[in-house]
Amino acid sequence: MLKFTEEHEWLLVEGDVATVGITTHASEQLGDLVFVELPEEGTSFAKGAAAATVESVKAASEVYCPLDGEVVEVNQAIVDDPSLVGSDPEGAAWFFKLKLANPADAAALLDKAAYEALIA
Amino acid sequence: MSAETDLKKTPLHALHLELGARMVPFAGYDMPVQYPAGVLKEHLHTRASAGLFDVSHMGQVIVKAKSGDNADAARALETLVPVDVLGIAPGRQRYALFTNETGGILDDLMIVNRGDHFFVVVNAACKEADFAHLARHIGDTCEVTPLPERALIALQGPKAEAALASLAPEVASMKFMDVASVSLVGADCIVSRSGYSGEDGYEISVPNEKAEALARALLAIDGVMPIGLGARDSLRLEAGLCLYGNDIDTTTTPAEAALNWAIQKVRRTGGARAGGFPGADAVLKGLDAGVSRLRVGLKPEGKAPIRAHTALFADEAGTQKIGEVTSGGFGPTVEGPVAMGYVASSHAASGTTIYAEVRGKYLPVAVSALPFITPGYKR
Repeated sequence: MLKFTEEHEWLLVEGDVATVGITTHASEQLGDLVFVELPEEGTSFAKGAAAATVESVKAASEVYCPLDGEVVEVNQAIVDDPSLVGSDPEGAAWFFKLKLANPADAAALLDKAAYEALIA
Repeated sequence: MSAETDLKKTPLHALHLELGARMVPFAGYDMPVQYPAGVLKEHLHTRASAGLFDVSHMGQVIVKAKSGDNADAARALETLVPVDVLGIAPGRQRYALFTNETGGILDDLMIVNRGDHFFVVVNAACKEADFAHLARHIGDTCEVTPLPERALIALQGPKAEAALASLAPEVASMKFMDVASVSLVGADCIVSRSGYSGEDGYEISVPNEKAEALARALLAIDGVMPIGLGARDSLRLEAGLCLYGNDIDTTTTPAEAALNWAIQKVRRTGGARAGGFPGADAVLKGLDAGVSRLRVGLKPEGKAPIRAHTALFADEAGTQKIGEVTSGGFGPTVEGPVAMGYVASSHAASGTTIYAEVRGKYLPVAVSALPFITPGYKR
């Protein structure tokens, strides 16, 4: 199940784990990224909490946790090479995997059509 | 968004839109922050080739002595800046600062000797105040004439000379800070060999109606690319150049800002024309006795950028605050984070390790000499 947030994150929900990244639209708005900071594995976040930070040449932006959960894996590749986020934001440049506290909550997030309407 | 309709437009506005620029409000103008290439590529292109910048939002003004003697205009300007204006030869320019009564900085500017008058270029955000400041203080002896009918285009980078010389060969022999009248695309232009990127290059004052033709002629030359305000900021930061409003303002004195080099010996204590400008006592005391804080370069040891207003500490625990970042970001040429800011003089020596508070952590930062790059100025 692929879901989106109004804060321009995407989530691929498989069972009780969601892979989270930022959308192509968000990546285009941010421009070339030069720094990514990811959360520690094992950290729990509430929905809406700042979980990661991305920085372009000009500015820093937060990436918010889309649902309550615990970070079980992070993508070190985007820390090592932040430009990956610009080249494949909705694929190889995922940010972290989140073990959802309440997997059913994902249903209430935006679907692809609703997200595309939001950014249109 | 009614505010956007109030924004002023430079003569190159339509060209920016045609080139696909992302526009942002800046100092009351609708300005290009980046083009489709993006800040990173625009920055690197300028250092490797040549970048064209629209800086038409900046203020241009002529100061001409009513007596007809340009030395009178120089003496008048010296009542407002701590700079040797009388010593600027015709065809040369010098960096200057308008100071206030407490020795703070009202604006930084360039003063050009044009032979029978001085041509002054000031910051966009300060220009109306600067024009009023000039008229109020030296309007009795000088005609102060703003030039809203002129645009300003900067061409910066190692290939700027070849590019501009293809339109006007005589610019190749100009040296850093030389200024000349040059005909470009049939327009009477004022060309100076200077800029705000740390690279060799030119700044070109051009009549508004010819600005787009000149920009198009330059962009048609191989190696010239349009560059937005985003890269302009990262370029000047790597070059260690101050941004008025961030790194210098009315609360910073020239000595605190490490701009002692801008105050020539003749205007300092013991000089033939010492003082005689607003806040001279405070400014000269700072030069003579030293200051308690200094503007320094800051090189984070890790990869995280430290932005303006980040607090700086002497210790890793964040107990002793010693300063604040005034400009900071990522330096594409340095390939890492770079910043500048004010720190207590006790911690201002290059190589000192201090700590920046970023998202609750205290990250090690080395106090560094400025600039972060080797300038390409053609001296």
